[in-house]
Amino acid sequence: MPDVLTTAREQVLEQGRGLSRQQVLEVLRLPDERLDELLGLAHEVRMSWCGPAVEVEGIISLKTGGCPEDCHFCSQSGLFDSPVRAAWLDVPALVEAAKQTAKTGATEFCIVAAVRGPDARLMAQVAAGIAAIKDELDINIACSLGILTTEQVDELVALGVHRYNHNLETARSHFPNVVTTHSWEERRETLQLVRDSGMELCCGGILGMGESVEQRAEFAADLAELEPHEVPLNFLNPRPGTPLGDADVLPAADALRAIGAFRLALPRTVLRFAGGRELTLGDLGARQGLLGGINAVIVGNYLTTLGRPPESDLDLLAELQMPVKALNATL
Amino acid sequence: MSVVEAASYCDQCGAPATDAGHERCAARRELEPPRFCAECGRRMVVQVTPIGWTARCSRHGELTS
Ligand code: SF4
Ligand SMILES: [Zn+2]
Ligand SMILES: [Zn+2]
Repeated sequence: MPDVLTTAREQVLEQGRGLSRQQVLEVLRLPDERLDELLGLAHEVRMSWCGPAVEVEGIISLKTGGCPEDCHFCSQSGLFDSPVRAAWLDVPALVEAAKQTAKTGATEFCIVAAVRGPDARLMAQVAAGIAAIKDELDINIACSLGILTTEQVDELVALGVHRYNHNLETARSHFPNVVTTHSWEERRETLQLVRDSGMELCCGGILGMGESVEQRAEFAADLAELEPHEVPLNFLNPRPGTPLGDADVLPAADALRAIGAFRLALPRTVLRFAGGRELTLGDLGARQGLLGGINAVIVGNYLTTLGRPPESDLDLLAELQMPVKALNATL
Repeated sequence: MSVVEAASYCDQCGAPATDAGHERCAARRELEPPRFCAECGRRMVVQVTPIGWTARCSRHGELTS
């Protein structure tokens, strides 16, 4: 059987065809000694099919905590004994957060709410917030508001939302172990509505939630089939009080192997470093990831936890000679 | 002399600061805003923004990063 990285060089780097589920699994099983080789190839693939630019994004929680769903990794579920209390952000504070984000050079600002799906009150707050932001600054606005109806999709399009995030979170076969209050299929339906609407699709998940390597490969294949514009990769940061609160943090080598493998499965996708990288990969992780297939970052803080200072990432991008993607440019 | 009792409660887990077992809380604090009021141990309403955070105790007011 030919070596999977040799095959990948031809299939992915030369021809731009992502690895299959079985091939991803082979990559995830590569020994530590071949990790550098994998990351080097993933970097070449990213440079060749996406280019050197890095998409920088800031995110904000518009409605925090008190969610009726039971995603076992989430500190914002109202069903667990988590220290995160419910909070709403007002419009002036939302605009201020967008300004903070734009100041870093970011071109994306994602408004997130901890809900199963939006109600009329949330949609009104989102509409008011987006109007106020667009009044004051030029930045692409993305939303992540859970499961949507067709009408809500149309509303978001009308508001000028250019990308919608809705994560599948994990492999279909592992999903019921992680979430019981809604199904993988319900999430998939929203993704289809978003795709049909013309908004850009952003769909990723969290690695290190007890999934097997086979399931990690399954997840990469699920995502590749969806062809999302962006895939945010999170690594589990075990949250106190949640069912996964005592889970082990994913070993750094496994996280890096997954980054390389996901890039080889998704050669053209914006592959974003999202939450948990500080914990899983430490300070070196940002550099290794950006030289191993990652071409987008969330700068600054996350929804309820803190990240590296934006300057740390921006300085690193400058050092690596990776320009920050400009507004209205396509990757 | 007025003595302000600065940290009676752990801002990560809300238990009395003098209790044992806050090692995990200390590690967590690096990437986490305060969750509990250090003066009274109440759970605070916390808002994280891209470059900062605010945490409000209903009794003791607001802390900002
Ligand atoms: S739906 Fe979102 S906010 Fe609610 S518990 Fe799941 S991940 Fe958390
Ligand atoms: Zn503590
Ligand atoms: Zn207090």
